[in-house]
Amino acid sequence: MGINRLNFLKVLGLTGATLAFGKKLNASQPSRTKGEQKEFVGVLYDSTRCVGCQECEIVCAKEHGLPEPDSDDYPTTEVVRKTNENRRSVINVFNTSKGEVYAKKQCMHCSEPACGAACLTEAMHKTHEGPVIWRGDKCMGCRYCMISCPFDVPKFEYQSTNPEIVKCTMCNERVQEGGIPACVENCPAEALMFGTRKDLLKEARKRIVENPDLYYDHIYGEHEAGGTEFLYLSPVPFKEIGFKTNLQNKSYPSLTKGFIGAIAPVDILLPAALLGIYEATKSNKTKTEDEE
Amino acid sequence: MRQAINIQSEEKRENKIWPFLLSELKPKGKIFTPFNIISAPIMLAGIIIIFLRFWNGIGSVTNLSQDVPWGLWIGFDVVTGVAFAGGAYVLVFLVYILNMEKYKPIARITVLNGFLAYLFYSGALLLDLGRPLNVINVVIGNNFGVSSVLFLVGWHFLLYMLALFLEFSPAIAEWLGARKLRKALSGLTLVAVIFGITLSVLHQSGIGALFLMAKEKIHPLWYNSYMPIMFVVSSIFAGISMVIFEGSISHKVFSDQLEEGSHEKHNDILHGLSKICTGGMFVYLFLLVLIFVHQQNWEYLPTKMGAWFLVEVIGFVLTPMILFYYSYRTKKILWIKIASIMTLVGILLNRMNISIIAYKWDAAVRYIPDWKEFVVTFTIIFIEIWIFRWIVRRMPVIRKSPSWVKDSH
Repeated sequence: MGINRLNFLKVLGLTGATLAFGKKLNASQPSRTKGEQKEFVGVLYDSTRCVGCQECEIVCAKEHGLPEPDSDDYPTTEVVRKTNENRRSVINVFNTSKGEVYAKKQCMHCSEPACGAACLTEAMHKTHEGPVIWRGDKCMGCRYCMISCPFDVPKFEYQSTNPEIVKCTMCNERVQEGGIPACVENCPAEALMFGTRKDLLKEARKRIVENPDLYYDHIYGEHEAGGTEFLYLSPVPFKEIGFKTNLQNKSYPSLTKGFIGAIAPVDILLPAALLGIYEATKSNKTKTEDEE
Repeated sequence: MRQAINIQSEEKRENKIWPFLLSELKPKGKIFTPFNIISAPIMLAGIIIIFLRFWNGIGSVTNLSQDVPWGLWIGFDVVTGVAFAGGAYVLVFLVYILNMEKYKPIARITVLNGFLAYLFYSGALLLDLGRPLNVINVVIGNNFGVSSVLFLVGWHFLLYMLALFLEFSPAIAEWLGARKLRKALSGLTLVAVIFGITLSVLHQSGIGALFLMAKEKIHPLWYNSYMPIMFVVSSIFAGISMVIFEGSISHKVFSDQLEEGSHEKHNDILHGLSKICTGGMFVYLFLLVLIFVHQQNWEYLPTKMGAWFLVEVIGFVLTPMILFYYSYRTKKILWIKIASIMTLVGILLNRMNISIIAYKWDAAVRYIPDWKEFVVTFTIIFIEIWIFRWIVRRMPVIRKSPSWVKDSH
């Protein structure tokens, strides 16, 4: 098995194809993210206003055809309720340094979502408006989004033969038609506020400045995980109300960018290097054969 | 005697391909061997469990949960198995790129092992997918998630299987007695080898890169941003250890296929491989210490996870490395075999730690695989071994190529 011109051309051709393909892959990226870049919309949750009435949980269940919470299923300080395949949004109550404080949990809708970068079929999708949605016709159920999400948001229907990934979609259908999410619309305490992320940040800062004694001076989601569309205000440090405070401020997809960027060069350069080594060591082979 | 029969049957093959294939389907060895008696019922149970998995959902046969989305099927079958199958790309690199003729006798069996391993790991992957039919989205390209590590791993995986098949295909042509086809296929070997190695380096590292985004979920002793590099380096000695381990079993089981003098040759090969393992493990340990010091991980050592980390690194990387070095210097075959088994355990620990044990190590409820998950895993391994055995008994994998082949493997 020696290398001849034909083999060499094959290698060359394939390398060229990789090069062209690689370029195409790189080119397709910015057109998707740029395009008509709008200001992302989001939701501001103010836990100083929340009274834990669970109205958001009930309307969320109704909106998305999920079972409504049972009468004995309400926030208590004894258990931390979690979102699951039947529940996209939950309210918990925590014993804190400032008494009992409520906290709503759902998908954070990251500006650069880890789940979206993880998904190999683009089923997890960041819309131009801001919501991160799941598309069933694309998903193959590998659950890599669950591994990657720093907030552990995506849930999987393990008991189903055609399982879905369940998570808050920020009521994407409503948002697309210019509406607002069901939980925001129905919150009796006005703890939830819908708007562009920019306006929400302004509003959150205003509330902190106007009431510095009431609020802990931090907007959760402004920088966490590279910024999220859900923003939080709290009277106490966020650790006390069950938030992850060890997350990085860079986006999570940035952790794999270096590796993904290295793939195309390796795909191109390594075959060339291997061919070079092959040619260089070939003389050894013929030499030993001659000796024999 | 056997040779004569082979030549005769070869002449017939070209004319009567279908009767030949039919006759080859029949079992060639004893049926009631201890291995068959143990593996057959497990495979039967495994197939029933796989059926249940598609009938009732993944949750019905596994202990996976919302907190632990990847369990034994990914952590062992895919993440560990791919490292174990790394021998195929290392050996073809030695044989076809560096032209080290010494390793040629074991190249074909290693490539076959690699090909079957990949075939069945991707099979295991399909069992773990919730919506396996949508896997077509990745292949036909209507949804290319090019920013996804898993997408790149998947494609490199798929193309590498093709490369491995091409590398092995001359053996199939020899079995069928198709001389022209063999010539054409062996002309493709170098291309397949070059791209196979490239694809391997990238998907071996890609499996490490899969866990990069799980930054806070994996214990800091195991998580680091160099995981892709560590996965490639460890796949070199993991793959070779598997070659040593599997080779010593094959040499016993298929001793009828060997020629005289091949035991001495094989021992010589083992010494060479143990040298490569020593080098690979030394580089791995060196990188590991660098990362450890750089990340200032001292504080984690006096904890439970720290002790577990030391068991992995000292017990199953450093110790087998010393054993490999010792047996290479003193030419002790038994110690090479022991070292290879210890290395395999070490790789198993490392991959299971990253994907399962150190993943959410502080969670209140830990994942312990269901017995059904183990049965399915063993089923996959056993089916692979059955097919491996079927091929080795028929095609020139361990035994020499037929006499009409000039550049015998």
